[in-house]
Parts: sequence; C-alpha cells; structure tokens
Amino acid sequence: MAATPIPLEVRNIKKRFGDTEVLKGLSLKAEKGDVITLIGASGSGKSTFLRCMNLLEQPNEGDLIVHGEDIRFKMTKHGREPADWKQVVDMRAKLSMVFQSFNLWAHMTLLENIIEAPIHVLGKSRKDAVAHARELLERVGLADRADYYPAQMSGGQQQRGAIARALAMDPEVMLFDEPTSALDPELVGDVLKVMRDLAKEGRTMIVVTHEMAFARDVSTEVIYLHQGQVEEAGPPDEVLGNPKSERLKQFLAPKH
Amino acid sequence: MIDLHGYGPRLFEGAMITIQLGLLSLILSLVLGLLTASAKMSRSWALHRIGTLYTTIIRGVPDLVLMMLLFFGGQIGINQVTDWLYYQFDIDIFINVNEFVAGVLTIGLIFGAYMGETFRGAFMAVDNGQIEAGRAYGMSNWLVFRRIRFPQMMRHALPGLSNNWMVLLKTTALVSVIGLSDMVRVAAEASKATREPFTFMLIVAGIYLLIACVSEWGFARLQKRYDVGFGETN
Amino acid sequence: MESLTTWIEGLLANNDIFTLQTLSYYGEGLTTTVQLVFLSLIIGLILAVPLAIGRGSKHQWIKMPIFFYCYVFRGTPLLVQLYLIYYGVVFIEGIQDTWLWVILEKPFVPALIAFTLNTAAYTTEIFRGAIKSTARGEIEAARAYGMSWWLMMRRIVLPSAFRRALPAYGNEVIFMLHASAIASVVTIMDLTGAARFVYARFYAPFDAFLFVAAIYLCLTFSILYLFRYLEKRLLAHLKPSGQ
Repeated sequence: MAATPIPLEVRNIKKRFGDTEVLKGLSLKAEKGDVITLIGASGSGKSTFLRCMNLLEQPNEGDLIVHGEDIRFKMTKHGREPADWKQVVDMRAKLSMVFQSFNLWAHMTLLENIIEAPIHVLGKSRKDAVAHARELLERVGLADRADYYPAQMSGGQQQRGAIARALAMDPEVMLFDEPTSALDPELVGDVLKVMRDLAKEGRTMIVVTHEMAFARDVSTEVIYLHQGQVEEAGPPDEVLGNPKSERLKQFLAPKH
Repeated sequence: MIDLHGYGPRLFEGAMITIQLGLLSLILSLVLGLLTASAKMSRSWALHRIGTLYTTIIRGVPDLVLMMLLFFGGQIGINQVTDWLYYQFDIDIFINVNEFVAGVLTIGLIFGAYMGETFRGAFMAVDNGQIEAGRAYGMSNWLVFRRIRFPQMMRHALPGLSNNWMVLLKTTALVSVIGLSDMVRVAAEASKATREPFTFMLIVAGIYLLIACVSEWGFARLQKRYDVGFGETN
Repeated sequence: MESLTTWIEGLLANNDIFTLQTLSYYGEGLTTTVQLVFLSLIIGLILAVPLAIGRGSKHQWIKMPIFFYCYVFRGTPLLVQLYLIYYGVVFIEGIQDTWLWVILEKPFVPALIAFTLNTAAYTTEIFRGAIKSTARGEIEAARAYGMSWWLMMRRIVLPSAFRRALPAYGNEVIFMLHASAIASVVTIMDLTGAARFVYARFYAPFDAFLFVAAIYLCLTFSILYLFRYLEKRLLAHLKPSGQ
C-alpha cells in the first residue's frame, strides 16, 4: 500500500509585523489522526502561527506542504505572496478553521452557513449538502437550530455550529483558533465535548487553546510557544506533566 | 378638475423621461460607485489616486456645471473626432450628442462619486472575521465578494444609497436646462404659455414627492431584506 | 497695482478667450454667487432655529406644518421651487403696479427667496437632529437646577446642538454653493451664468466651464477647511482627552 501523504507540514515559518519578528522559525508536522495543541501566553505567536498555516497571514519565510503538495510563493512589491492563489484556495478547502469569535456568516441561517462552502467551493449538490449538514447538526446537538440566524443563538451554540460548518468540508486537518476563549464559562463544556469526540474518531486537529485539561487528555503532541519560538514540545505527559523550562512551569502553575 | 390646457400628455411623457433618466443614471452610478469603492480600497497606488481624484473633483463642482461641460464639451469633442476622420480618411459620419444619453452619462458620472463613498464606508463596516471565514473555507475573492461581502455591505450601504437616490432624482431636473423635455421643462414651458405657473409647478412637485414616497417604501423593504440575521436576539 | 495689470495683460496677450473683459464677467459672477449664497444661508439659518425648535414641539398644530414644509422643500428639486417663485411672482394679479415690483422685477430676489426657503428646510432638519440628540442627563441637570424651558434652550440645548450640527451644516453650505449654479437658469449672471455667457460667445465649452469648475472647486475647499477649523475649535471638548 502506498503511503498516504502527510496532511499538513510546515517548516521554518517566520513572520514579521513591521520590525518585530513574531514567529522565529516554527515547524510542525501533523500526521493523520494527530491532535496537536499549541499553548503559550498571549503574544507568544500561537494564533499567528495557526493563521499562517492556511495563509490568512502571509509568512515572510518558510514552507507549507498540504497533503504532499508544496505551496508555491513568489516575491512581489508587497512582500512574499503565494504564486498561485488557485492553489491556496484549493489548499484552504482542505483545512477548515474554527475561529475564536465563531465568524458564522451573519446574513445566513445556520444551515445556510454549513452548506455554503460545500456547494460553492466543493461543488456539491444542494441536496447532498443539506443532507450532510443535517447529520452534522444532529451530531453537534443543534438539529433544532438549523433555521436560526447566528445572532439568535448563544455563543456556545454558534461555536458548535461553526464546528459543524468546518466538518461539512470533510477537511484533512481542522484548525481551531482558541475556540472557547470567547465563551461564557458555562458554555465551554459543550464545545469541548464536541472537540473531544472529533479527536476520538481520529480527526487530524491543530488546536490553539488555553484549556490545559483538553490539551492533557486529548492531544498527541503539545507545543509550548514563547515569543515566537518553541520552548518545549512533545507528548502531553512529558510537556505538561514534567515541564523542564522555568517559563513553562510558571505558565502551568495555578493562578489565583 | 384642473385645466391642463392640453399639456397633460406632454407632462406625462415628461414624467416618464424623468423616471427613465433617474433609473438609468441610478444603475450607471451604482456600477461606477462599486468600481470607485474598489479602486479606493485597492492596494494599487495609482487606482487609489484615480478614485480619490474622481470623487474629489465631482464633489467639488456643481452638478449643473459638470453637466454643461460634458454636454456642450462632449459635442465639440465628438465633432473634432469626426472632423479628423473626415479629413484623414474621408469617412463622413455625424454624431449628435443625444440629450437623454448625455443626461444619463452626466448624472451617472456625478452620482458614481457619491455612491463610491457610500459603498466604501459600507464595505469597511463589514466585520473582517466574516470575510476571513470565507477565505478560510477556500472561497475565491470573487466568491467571497458575491456571497459574503456584498450582501453584508448592502445593509450598511442602503441608508446612504437611498439618500443618494433621492438627491439624484431631484438632480434629473437639471437636464431641462440642457434641453431635454423632462417634466420640469414641460411644466416651465406650460407655465409661460398659460400664465399659470402654480398649477404646473405644483403638479410636478407632487410627482416628485410621489416618486420619493414610493422609493422610501421600496428602500424600507430592501433594508428589511438585508437586515435579516442582524440585531435579532432571542 | 499697475504692474499687476501689466502682468495679467502679458499673460493674456496670446489668449482670445480670457481677456480682461471676460475675466471681469467671472469676477462679477463670483460676487453675485457669493452674495446669493451668503444671504440665503444667513436668512435661512435665522429661520431654521425657531423652526427646528417648533419641529420638536408637543403641539401638532406647530409640529405638522413645519414637518410638511420641510418634507416638500427637501423632497422636490430646487429648480422647481425656483421656477415656482420666479414665474409665480410675475403672474400675481396686480403685482406689477405695486412698489414691490421694483425689487421683484429682477430675478435676484425670487432666486434669493427660493434658495432661502430651501436651505431653511434642510437646516431645520439638521438642527432638529442635533437638538434631539442632546444628552438626557444635560436636560435633567438643567431642570434640576430650576432652569425655565427657555433658559434651558438658550443656555444648554442650543449651544451644544449648534456645535454638533456643525459638520452637517458645513455640507449644507457646500450644497447651497453648488445648488446656486441654477440661478443662471433665470438669467442671473452668477459664476455659472458668466461661464454660459463666455461659452455662448466663443463656443469654447472646455475653457468656459473648466475655468468656472476650478473656481467652484477652490470655493468648496475653502468652505471645507473653514468648517474643519471651526469643528476643531468648537468640538474640541467632545474629543477623548489626552490626544
């Protein structure tokens, strides 16, 4: 059997905003079924790193290999940019992102949100897209909210809806950008439960989070970032159970 | 019954011209407005400059002056081109600048600048997260524009568009000055001929108010449509 | 002074259109335009203040006529209003025998009346919006200190409303400047009238209208900067501090 290509690999990503270098050469490899959590203080660059993976931010240096395909870059007067936007668009369709502030499209109902990209990007038929969407809504516990607009739902419901929207793309890799940070504490549990289920069924996930319990229980690898560099990385038992660096120890210490 | 001294049919034709002129210039101004807004938001320095120059000049000069410049100037410009064709290539064509077309072009050009400002503000009011979500799901720029940016922008743009349309409608009256027989010109002629200015001018004023009322109703409906999903809470 | 004249003459030596003669048309046109716009704005402003207060009245018989006036004058073209007054005045029975005819005979006065009524309607709505948006707390504070209605209006509501109305009123001033171009339609020799005259005489639309467009552009920018300056001075208290 031929080896299936690695879903996502990034090498030596560097990113500058003006004069400050926020990512100083980060690499990561997500094999099929991996759940990689990125942790770190705010400003450590973890969200920027995630956003470089689907090129919502343009890295100044580094390589991006999605499903074995190298993303090509070129230099323009605006800096380094993808050489072929078509390739980027195809790549993004393979990596669905779940945002901190949900970003469900406000002018569409939840169901319309979920079928939007499958129909217009993947070219699915409306009938198939709707059937799939209903299944997914059932899974995230929102079957009765299909015809609601985002503004009519709680934050937790919106985020579960956004996860259903991401799943509808049948993504190779799911990118989560602090999915529970904007939620009221009592709503976090439902969203985390959905994410745990996804991990269990073998989804490849990269998660930026502050939820240490989730990182410990679910991930295959934890990466602790500090000022745009990897300070520690490895299996959760090692990194979270037995931190070596002083900074990570402080970061993990219970706060009052 | 009001005695229109036989000017009724011409007044009706004039009203039709006003409405057609208004709607056609509206369409042109919307297209130009979208292009201008895109140019002004573009990363290209040259496009940005052209967009700014266009809106600044148009908004700094009276509509009537622009109209006369384009109408009278346009005729001479075209004549020079046709003359040149005649002397150089012996091609004899005669193009007369049609008042109606000149009116549509001028009013469309003027209000394109105002629409451009309205659209630009509305585009900038769309939450960036909504656009990023589209990009993150592999939508092309055009798809993001068509499915997300445009429908969400319209909600913010409609009050401005409605306002611009009301001003545009009133500006159509100026074409009577360059000789187009819209309802204002018919009413002015009738006023002089019959010495009953109040009758005709008040009728025309009433028609403008009627169109404005219908438009207000139409825009309120559009607004309701584009407000769907916003500001509703359970 | 003499050297300036010779300088201009030198500049115009090779020019058939922009002679001292035509330039003086533009100069007179500028004066007329400024007079017309300035007078109508001032009178319109004076009318608009009581109208705006009345527009917010509790009494229907005060409120409704003002609403109707504003709606009609804002909803119809200024050109129609101008025609109505310009032609209307002429046909008033017996007017030509009264002393009024001396001033109404020239188109300047009918135009001034039309412009004034028009700008008063727009300004009324601008002020009404500004008065309506007065902070409730300020009104309550004035009441709490035992101010009468009139004192409160004069000392608290109107001064802050005027300042808030400033940006919108600046637009109205520019709008009136541009709208005044239609004065030329009733044979007034304003700026646009001068341009039309020069166009008709030399059949040179680009020279005639581009020149006048440039003058309007300068006037527009002057007004724009004047209002920006006023806003900076008068609205400074609304800016967040520490900037």
